[in-house]
Amino acid sequence: MSDASPFRRLREPGPSRVRLTFEGREIHAAPGDSVAAALLAAGVTSTRETPVSGAPRAPFCMMGACFDCVVEIDGEANRQACMTTVREGMAVRRQRGARRLAARGGIEGDGGGDGSD
Amino acid sequence: MAAVTDRIETDCDFAIIGAGPAGMAAANLAAEGGARVVLLDEQAAPGGQIYRAITAGGAGRGEILGSDYLAGAALARGLEQPGIRTLWGATVWRVDANGGVVFSRGGAASRLRARRILVATGALERPFPFPGWTLPGVMTAGAVQILLKGAGIVPGDAVLAGSGPLLYLVASQMIAAGAPPAALVETRGPNGLAGAMRHLPGALRGWRVLAKGASLLAAIRRAGVPRHTGATGLRAEGGGAVEALRFRAGGQDHLLPSRILLIHQGVVPNVQISRSLRLAHDWDAAQRCWRPRLDEWGGTECEKIAIAGDGGGIGGARAAALQGRLAALEALRALGQIDMAERDRRAAPERRALARELAIRPFLDALYAPPREALVPPDETVICRCEEVTAGEVRGYAALGCLGPNQAKAFGRCGMGPCQGRYCGLTVGEVLADARGVAPAEVGYYRLRAPLKPVTLGELASLDSGGAA
Repeated sequence: MSDASPFRRLREPGPSRVRLTFEGREIHAAPGDSVAAALLAAGVTSTRETPVSGAPRAPFCMMGACFDCVVEIDGEANRQACMTTVREGMAVRRQRGARRLAARGGIEGDGGGDGSD
Repeated sequence: MAAVTDRIETDCDFAIIGAGPAGMAAANLAAEGGARVVLLDEQAAPGGQIYRAITAGGAGRGEILGSDYLAGAALARGLEQPGIRTLWGATVWRVDANGGVVFSRGGAASRLRARRILVATGALERPFPFPGWTLPGVMTAGAVQILLKGAGIVPGDAVLAGSGPLLYLVASQMIAAGAPPAALVETRGPNGLAGAMRHLPGALRGWRVLAKGASLLAAIRRAGVPRHTGATGLRAEGGGAVEALRFRAGGQDHLLPSRILLIHQGVVPNVQISRSLRLAHDWDAAQRCWRPRLDEWGGTECEKIAIAGDGGGIGGARAAALQGRLAALEALRALGQIDMAERDRRAAPERRALARELAIRPFLDALYAPPREALVPPDETVICRCEEVTAGEVRGYAALGCLGPNQAKAFGRCGMGPCQGRYCGLTVGEVLADARGVAPAEVGYYRLRAPLKPVTLGELASLDSGGAA
């Protein structure tokens, strides 16, 4: 991820900001932002890796139709970042296709796990 | 308390799915006419995509978004009626011909039963696949409009690519927001206009749209945004994210550096619900999409179910509101609130206005017809974003005897990911039709089934097993 986001806010959230984390890093959002909007504004480029090839993906349609922005929110996988409103203290993680889920279920030899970024 | 009540089976006269212009207008008219209305929408507030966040932060950005956007505020105010119960954040995943609607909200599923249902689920952006369109940083033009309306977020130095009026609108809104696009790369060539001119007499009835288009183009010119027309061979390049757009235009190869690439190729009806009900659909050769077969009230073969707005064929926001009112008038008649004479009398001015709104469509359809390479992209292009199936693989299925999109699922899972074909269905149909040398109408479409959006086992379990629809 890059701190220099290609997106900018017309108005900074100020004291009413909501704090959440992405991959453990604290980011700030405005109340009412979708998680996807908050991640893009914070300079996050890739929000998941696909289950098929592991290719990076990011929000694409922003209207709940494409499912490219699915992330893990507070331990729950497959949450659509564009359809979920930010909440103080929310912990968002990049979704790593099927591998991370497989790793959780104790399937061996999946070659997954974290640490690749 | 609300969560508990919501899970009880609800009966109502008129369930409306989607709170865009069609749904809002229908809800207002039906409730004023005495119907008990339930209006469901997946978003947290009314507006649909076109008037998104109109009651939230969007209205405060009126200077940027323009007067057409602000027109949605009146429709949203029309929802403040005792006869309308609104369910925000409700994802409808099943609709039944007998009037059943099943939806998830806040992690629990509920069911309601209505005497009539209006499907007002609008449009999706037409898939515009080209090599690299799955890279992070490539988004739809509509997506950036949603960021602007909902969160006041704009990209800097973005490149806009494709075709259609929305491309100009988004460019002008970005200019007004102080973030002009780095370039406009249009796939439309100079020949489009000649073909569209025969529709000009009809288009002149829609002079308002033409005037708006001219003013958008003037704003883009004044801002000095470079425009490339007749672009072909589009390719997004980059490693972990998009870094540049490569294309050919004006006899030259171009490489534009860009971290945000916004693509658009018009909009098409969202047919997920109408397809799941097995309603008849016709291939619209001008708009290159499927549309459900409707009568003059938006009625379908299912007596209880009507469709209004872009989900029944692309007509735009103003047409959608008019269609919503027509469908609501027929619903009031069917519910016994008004007689046929009153329905017809009140429908007459709405119909005249609708004819005026739709007069410009043939001109727009011809002018912004998607180019061939957007419909049948090169082999290496991923066309099913979820299952990562390429155009070449789908052509391979055709060589093996695959007849249409539904069969293609068995060949390689295209259309079987979480988006359920929303962003590949039309392309898979076009590629198979092209490979077989037949019209897209002949290859058909995916057979869609509930649940129309992924649901968890927990949500399913939360449904009372008693009255399964």
